[in-house]
Amino acid sequence: MTTSNVVIIDYGMGNVGSVQNAVASLGYPVKISCDASDIESASHIILPGVGAFGDGMNNLHNFGLVDILYQAVVVKKIPFLGICLGMQLLADKGYEFGEHAGLGWVHGEVKKLIAPNLPLPHVGWDDIVVEHPEQNILFAQLPDTNFYFLHSFHFNGVESSLITSTCEYGQKFVASFRQENIFAVQFHPEKSQVSGLHVLKNFFQYA
Amino acid sequence: MLKTRLIPCMLFNGFNLIKTIEFTNIRNLGNPTQMARVYNSRHADELIFIDMKATEDHRPPLYDVVENIVKECFMPLTIGGGIRSLEDIERFLKIGADKVALNTIVLQNPEFLKQAAEKYGRQCLVVSLDVKKVDNEYSVFTDRGRTNTGITALNWAKQVENLGAGELFLNSIDRDGQMGGYDCTLVSQISGGVSIPVIACGGAGKVQDIIDVIQIGHASAAALSSMFHYSGHTFNTIKQRMSEAGIPVRLI
Repeated sequence: MTTSNVVIIDYGMGNVGSVQNAVASLGYPVKISCDASDIESASHIILPGVGAFGDGMNNLHNFGLVDILYQAVVVKKIPFLGICLGMQLLADKGYEFGEHAGLGWVHGEVKKLIAPNLPLPHVGWDDIVVEHPEQNILFAQLPDTNFYFLHSFHFNGVESSLITSTCEYGQKFVASFRQENIFAVQFHPEKSQVSGLHVLKNFFQYA
Repeated sequence: MLKTRLIPCMLFNGFNLIKTIEFTNIRNLGNPTQMARVYNSRHADELIFIDMKATEDHRPPLYDVVENIVKECFMPLTIGGGIRSLEDIERFLKIGADKVALNTIVLQNPEFLKQAAEKYGRQCLVVSLDVKKVDNEYSVFTDRGRTNTGITALNWAKQVENLGAGELFLNSIDRDGQMGGYDCTLVSQISGGVSIPVIACGGAGKVQDIIDVIQIGHASAAALSSMFHYSGHTFNTIKQRMSEAGIPVRLI
């Protein structure tokens, strides 16, 4: 049985406290860190994030995290969960306040939601449609399909076989995807009470 | 489908939770950490915590009080009261607040909102408007409802939307604590003039008031305080009735 050791990446983009609270409440040892040795020895890595795409990428570069994360996640294949901005940064490019290069781990581009006559950001509890339920690790035995969203941009152009759930707000958009050990969710599981804590628990049970 | 949010609002005076009527007549309600725990266990959609004394005490919300509240909340938390710098915003986001509510600082320095939006993204910035009707016009007030800024609510709402507000927290001073219904005329005027979500606050007394502020006022969310403390209602009983009235809500 592997000892769990969850590392939440601190790259100055807010929100780490609430993710830590949620993980700790589930009983898993958890550390907030941007240190290479912590990241390399993690059993699970979470990249949270609240804020703008450009700032997110600048901070990942300035904290020297781009290569460390690539080695840990893409090469070593440590289970990884990107949340909200942490999901969006995985893209090739983002278009918030100008064009910015992303990490490029998962093909696609981050664009503004097309939601005519609807307020933006898309904020509040919204329900997801789970794709491929029989293979879907994160949403196994989900108590409720409502999750908390807070975003104006979405991850566009994800290959359809990778999509694990969608949501609709003005347009249909990807609410979560999975590429091997890389899981990503647009909603905030740490803020989605029972459903969110359930998703986190399922993620930690994947090894 | 996006669910309409029901949001309890906690007002704090530096020591206790309080309630007000027309922003005065203060009464104590107890401990914020315990109240947050109760709201979380009852599956509140979000929580708003405003430190009403912060601005006049020249300080941001009390850090350790917020830290304790964050530990009880697995739903979104908005923190407001006396936030005046980008560092303040960063500190609260870092410990677990999801959004910050800004009021006085934006009136004093609108450019600040623009800077905050560029740095943190508008989705975590809620601008609070305290509004009173004066000579048949809805005016923005400051200094805990004591000073008329002379700016109309609609003009200010549009300005802050342009500058980078993600949501508006619209407080009716006239209806505050009265439990006599929201000011749906005010709410629909503001909701109709902006394209960002409006959280209406001030006046909820019965379930029909909440239904009205959503269906007539077109608010995206209904915030309330007195009604949770002084009526027999729980979130679920209110939401059940909202659902029956055709409003999409999260029911657990």
